[in-house]
Amino acid sequence: MARYLLKRILMMIVTLWIIVTLTFSLMHMIPGDPFASESDQLPEQILLNLRAKYHLDEPLPMQYLSYLKSLAMLDLGPSIKSETRGVNDMIKDGFGSSALIGMQAIAVALFFGLIFGIIAALNRNTWIDYMAMVMAVLGIAVPSFIMAPLLINYLAIKLPLFPVATLASWKHSVLPSLALAFGPLAIITRYMRTSMIEVMNQNYIRTAEAKGIPTFLIVVRHGIRNAILPVVTFLGPLVAGLLTGTFVVEKIFAVPGVGKYFVDGIFNRDYPVILGTTVFYSAILVLIIFLIDLAYMFIDPRIKLSGRGR
Amino acid sequence: MTEHLLQVENLRVHFKTYGGEVQAVRGVTFHVDRGETLAVVGESGCGKSVTAQAIMGLIPNPPGRIVDGQIRFDGQDITRLSKKELLSLRGTEIGMVFQDPMTALNPTMKVGTQIVEGFVRTHHVSKEEARKKAMEMLRLVGIPDPEKRVDQYPHEFSGGMRQRVVIAIALANNPKLVIADEPTTALDVTIQAQILDLLKELQEKQQLSIVMITHDLGVVAEIAHRAVVMYAGIVVETGKVEDIFKSPKHPYTWGLMRSMPRIDGEEKERLVPIDGSPPDLFHPPKGCPFAARCQFAMDICEQQMPEVTVFENAHQAACWLHDPRAPKLDELVAAGRQT
Amino acid sequence: MAAEQSANELFRPRSQKTDGQVVAMRPSLTHFQQVTRKLVRNKLAMVGFTLIVLMVLMALIGPHLVPYSYSDQSLLTANQELSAEHWFGTDELGRDMFSRTWYGARISLIIGITAALIDLVIGVTVGGIAGYMAGRGKRGDRIDTIIMRLIEVLYGLPYLLVVIMLMVVMEPGIVTIIIALSATGWTGMARLVRGQILQLKNQEFIMAAQVLGAKFPRILLRHLIPNTIGVIIVNLTFTIPSAIFAESFLSFLGLGVQAPIASWGTMTNDALGVILTGDWWRLFFPALMISLTMFAFNVFGDGLQDALDPRIRE
Repeated sequence: MARYLLKRILMMIVTLWIIVTLTFSLMHMIPGDPFASESDQLPEQILLNLRAKYHLDEPLPMQYLSYLKSLAMLDLGPSIKSETRGVNDMIKDGFGSSALIGMQAIAVALFFGLIFGIIAALNRNTWIDYMAMVMAVLGIAVPSFIMAPLLINYLAIKLPLFPVATLASWKHSVLPSLALAFGPLAIITRYMRTSMIEVMNQNYIRTAEAKGIPTFLIVVRHGIRNAILPVVTFLGPLVAGLLTGTFVVEKIFAVPGVGKYFVDGIFNRDYPVILGTTVFYSAILVLIIFLIDLAYMFIDPRIKLSGRGR
Repeated sequence: MTEHLLQVENLRVHFKTYGGEVQAVRGVTFHVDRGETLAVVGESGCGKSVTAQAIMGLIPNPPGRIVDGQIRFDGQDITRLSKKELLSLRGTEIGMVFQDPMTALNPTMKVGTQIVEGFVRTHHVSKEEARKKAMEMLRLVGIPDPEKRVDQYPHEFSGGMRQRVVIAIALANNPKLVIADEPTTALDVTIQAQILDLLKELQEKQQLSIVMITHDLGVVAEIAHRAVVMYAGIVVETGKVEDIFKSPKHPYTWGLMRSMPRIDGEEKERLVPIDGSPPDLFHPPKGCPFAARCQFAMDICEQQMPEVTVFENAHQAACWLHDPRAPKLDELVAAGRQT
Repeated sequence: MAAEQSANELFRPRSQKTDGQVVAMRPSLTHFQQVTRKLVRNKLAMVGFTLIVLMVLMALIGPHLVPYSYSDQSLLTANQELSAEHWFGTDELGRDMFSRTWYGARISLIIGITAALIDLVIGVTVGGIAGYMAGRGKRGDRIDTIIMRLIEVLYGLPYLLVVIMLMVVMEPGIVTIIIALSATGWTGMARLVRGQILQLKNQEFIMAAQVLGAKFPRILLRHLIPNTIGVIIVNLTFTIPSAIFAESFLSFLGLGVQAPIASWGTMTNDALGVILTGDWWRLFFPALMISLTMFAFNVFGDGLQDALDPRIRE
């Protein structure tokens, strides 16, 4: 168990290092430098000073090393467009909002996705099942950047139920969270339905029936727990999708989150910001996937005791 | 007159499928007495497992349904019980042992919890008592070190040990009847013998009645008092195991015997397979279902269902050969050779 | 005596051996027939299939049905509702939305299908090599391990983040998008193919073929490919929509195709600015097309998966 954990943590660090190196080299493959567009307007000396300030005049390996060093100190680097505020400040500012929306979206997606999936599986081939499946297909077919304007149009403009733009109150977070939750909710519903149908056909369900356990208890005790296991393994990619979903949702709803800084960084070609936020996102993602794997080991006794990973 | 513990009377079960309605069980009659082991023998698809499911009240409906017949258990007709009444019957009065111990246990639940799950429901005992009961059951089915085993998960048990756990589950509520559906088929030969011994021992200890569903005549000889031979959804022969082995009366039973290896035979005998395959139960033949594969078939066999002939010791067979009008066997054998 | 005789006639040995030995089973179908039959009976999958065909057809002929090209600007006809001249209305530069929508379909389908095909080729090759090498001595195992480590690392990278990074760095354009999407997209297919081959290699009929002396190319052709093709096609029906989604996502972020080229993603993005003005058609058509395409590929893929799964019977 301890050995497995150690191995996993090592793998995490390696993955992160690869991401950092990859993004760093990509960022420095760009011809010219971030000030290229402004070189017409700025005097030569200022440009040189700017380049020196951001270590752009040093040789690449040196830049790489100093970048790694600052990363190790958890410093994600400066921003070029904003003099005073670095990536760390942006994350400090934005992380709360992003996390609120993201967590709410995951909670909603998990809760309703599991419930809908179970209900659909138990009422297989009835109208309840078909309703759940239609919803699930819609959730997969309508991307969050289309869902978001739809929600704004209907639940904020036509029917002014929720305020939008910025994150002044919790009420402001409802629509962004919903827009984000819809896709994962649909996917979880589908996975849970398939998994539950499969589990309910297993022999141990018949054993439980033969024991005289009522259907409801069979579903709860023997069905759901076994059915959730495979769904958990899909949560990693799901969270990754949700994370990238925050970019557009934050942009559309004008939520001051990390995603908005990231997208602004892309629009402004503010490379240090893109670099820093990408590294931050990757770290979060790798961590979440690690936590999901841990959770999996926790709920599946077969893995916990044998000490093997997937 | 003492009533039988279990009396199955003219049971008919059909299943609706995409291709039509399968008549899986077509009028089956047999009984089990207290403390007795009855073997239900036949090849796959003959309706023996469906019969077992019907006794447990576990025919999935839809697609299956009991079309006709009675299953009287301890005085009440199982086919007429409500869902709730069935629930209190299953596990408490009738226990079931399944074929594949590798999949019959919930992989994410402790073995002890699984064993006493039904017991806890009916007895409302405390956690400690339940645990104690689980250990007692483990000891009963011969699993060493129950204190440790009770908290383990199924993947930590070998196949034979798992089957013991499945038996413990079936016995936890002290049922009167245990239905064992091919309990040894998925196990190694040496483990098979152990499981059969265990069942035999438990039967004597607990005064159990056992219905043993099997395709293996070796198992029948080992454990059963009486046997029912099923073919294509009907009972072709029934009687005491000694009688059936000594003087089988139905050509299908003859075929079964000849396709079974023997080690006590003086000379090397050839195993003789039964040619052909069982009839289509979407459209079962109107006569004897075995006629198409029977060497001794007569014209009547294909036209009318055979009547049951009763021999001594309540040994019965459903075959036209035992009709007084039928020619002597030798002639038929000769005729069979010619074709 | 005579009457009894006739009653006893039935008890004569069977006059002729009937062909009762032949069991009347349901007519047996080949695997391919069974799959198509199940697929055709699946109404939702057929709806998806029809939609895909329609999309492809409209992508081909749609832009030619109206006398405007996707980039013709005309400020006189800006922001028009649907009309006989402009079936899907116009945008703020007076460009015809009908022409733009189907031109966008071309871009989306080209990107989606090309990226998926590149994924397929790389994925099947790499996965096939890994699967073939695994269990072939020390050297084979080492090659398999190296490939798998590489895939594992690439698979661990957040897909869209990497694509965004690549897009930020490279010259924007259709080819760039395809390259960016395929750079890490093939890993899923490679894992799938390797897994399939490993699983099949241990199956008895493959071993039987080996024991009988079949050479590897023959095993590959006769057993491995026919048994793997199903999951590969199913995977394809899911990678195409996800590539289309990724393209519109990138275009939406301003990283995809550049003006004046239209794609559903850029059109959706353009429409955001006018969502308050009530020009609903600006968002409606590109959004509908993205959703319909995703829907069509997904339900068709689902249906295909069900049809290929021997465990699912009607």
